[in-house]
Amino acid sequence: MSERLTIGEHLSQRGISRRSLLKYTTWLAGLMALPPTAPRAMAQALAAARRQSVIWLSFQECTGCSESITRSFSPSLEELIFDLISLDYHETLLAVSGQAAEDARQKAMEDNKGKYVLVVDGSISTRDDGVYSVIGGKSNRETLIECARDAFAIINVGTCSAYGGIPMAKPNPTGAVPVSDIIKDKPIINIPGCPPIPEAITGTIAYIITFGKLPELDDRGRPKPFFGDNIHDRCYRRPFYERGQFAKAFDDEGARNGWCLFEVGCKGPVTYNACATLKWNGGTSFPIQSGHGCLGCSEPGFWDKGSFYKPLAAWTDKRAALIGGAVAAGVAAGAASALLARKRKQQAIKEKQS
Amino acid sequence: MTLLDFARGPALSVALAVFLVGVMWRLFSLVLLPKAPDNSPAKADSGSAIGQGFRGFWRHMWPADPYLKSSVFALVNGYAFHIGLAIVVFGFAQHIQFIRDVFGISWPGLPTGVITLASVITLASLLGALVRRLTSPVLKLISTGNDYITWLVTVLPVITGLMTVNHLWFRYETLLALHILSFALMLIWFPFGKLMHAFLVFLTRSRTGVVYGRRGVKI
Repeated sequence: MSERLTIGEHLSQRGISRRSLLKYTTWLAGLMALPPTAPRAMAQALAAARRQSVIWLSFQECTGCSESITRSFSPSLEELIFDLISLDYHETLLAVSGQAAEDARQKAMEDNKGKYVLVVDGSISTRDDGVYSVIGGKSNRETLIECARDAFAIINVGTCSAYGGIPMAKPNPTGAVPVSDIIKDKPIINIPGCPPIPEAITGTIAYIITFGKLPELDDRGRPKPFFGDNIHDRCYRRPFYERGQFAKAFDDEGARNGWCLFEVGCKGPVTYNACATLKWNGGTSFPIQSGHGCLGCSEPGFWDKGSFYKPLAAWTDKRAALIGGAVAAGVAAGAASALLARKRKQQAIKEKQS
Repeated sequence: MTLLDFARGPALSVALAVFLVGVMWRLFSLVLLPKAPDNSPAKADSGSAIGQGFRGFWRHMWPADPYLKSSVFALVNGYAFHIGLAIVVFGFAQHIQFIRDVFGISWPGLPTGVITLASVITLASLLGALVRRLTSPVLKLISTGNDYITWLVTVLPVITGLMTVNHLWFRYETLLALHILSFALMLIWFPFGKLMHAFLVFLTRSRTGVVYGRRGVKI
């Protein structure tokens, strides 16, 4: 690894021009709605910066988040890990394994004490001392606490590390919790999604390297440049919502016409993410464009908010027993009340006659 | 649990349960009440009770002539917010969704712009009704807490609904939660206040029509 070289020196060694770096910072500045002067400043800062040491921990997860980052286009995964950061530990991408991998993590932590960025994907098991997810004989909780101690900041990649995600879904058999439930004394950035948009991951890392600080975060710890708007507000199907034109099934005329998917359960109105603007696979498409409603995967507890296919206007608790029971109870109460009235009437007649 | 989760789940469940128990209780206790026998003979040409009932219901759609002039505002304004509410409640696609989800029946919705216009007219009309209630000495005198609470629980879903559709001031999820909660409040109050007239109006007007018809009263 060439930690002593700056990013600028590293790029020129690889034959990448300053113009290319400027192009990238211009794209990044546009993406994050930074002022027009930012691209030049960012290019200068990036060129002078040393590659950021990153330790990537994977806990209770499906590797979908790592799969996502491998599909980053700007910067690509290769550009990210060879030019911008020094990815010192990542179980899936690491060439070595076993003790050698653990040694690499320990060395990176010692060499970059207080400076490395800790990326976490996956939630942390806490039930039964965390035995449900153990790496190298250590529970995820132990590893997280150890690695977080000397980290500059923590980036939670994916909804599992940010909010608990699917492992925390009811009945949460492993006692899964998000990183923020365990680590309280470090700056934490959440980049949720199942998986997150790759450019949101790489863009946030690039921002930290460039400015040496965290981007502005929303009330759920998400970088505002990527999570500032809800999907509904940026959705290209929004005009159909306004006109009241909705697909009522996935194969009806409305669906074929590309109408709004609200009625088939789209959670776009309550989901904050950049899917409708950045899209996926280099801006090719996103779920709604493919004809499926948003699942709301970048929001806490998205798995437990009722059916994905029930509209937001629907009652999540719907129970036939509750409706039937309430109607029956009401009828019984009414009948009993009328019966009492009849008894009182009979009583009054008797009293009058006697 | 977020505010929206609470509104869409437990709050709606409790409100619907209270609404259904309350409405059924009131309707059945009324319908099953013992009736006082009418021993007088019915007027010879009074017609069927069903016809009398329909006639009575229809005739009470507007005030009798002596009162028409003095109650023009109440008549027009009353129709304005009732029709407006009907358009908003039964014409908005998301509301139809809710009804379809609970009762399994649905119909085509209206464009959001039409709903917004109807909501604004309804809101203005409801405000007009309150102003009249507060400024008319007679109406003010006979108004009770029931009238004001009923007005409040009716106007709140209209205001929060308008805010939600137009994304005003708060985030959409907060607005939607407030709208559902205001609807839940209305459901809870419904059986116990004058909103119950939505059901009872059919019984009371028709019954009055039957009684008048039997006696040969021209209405």
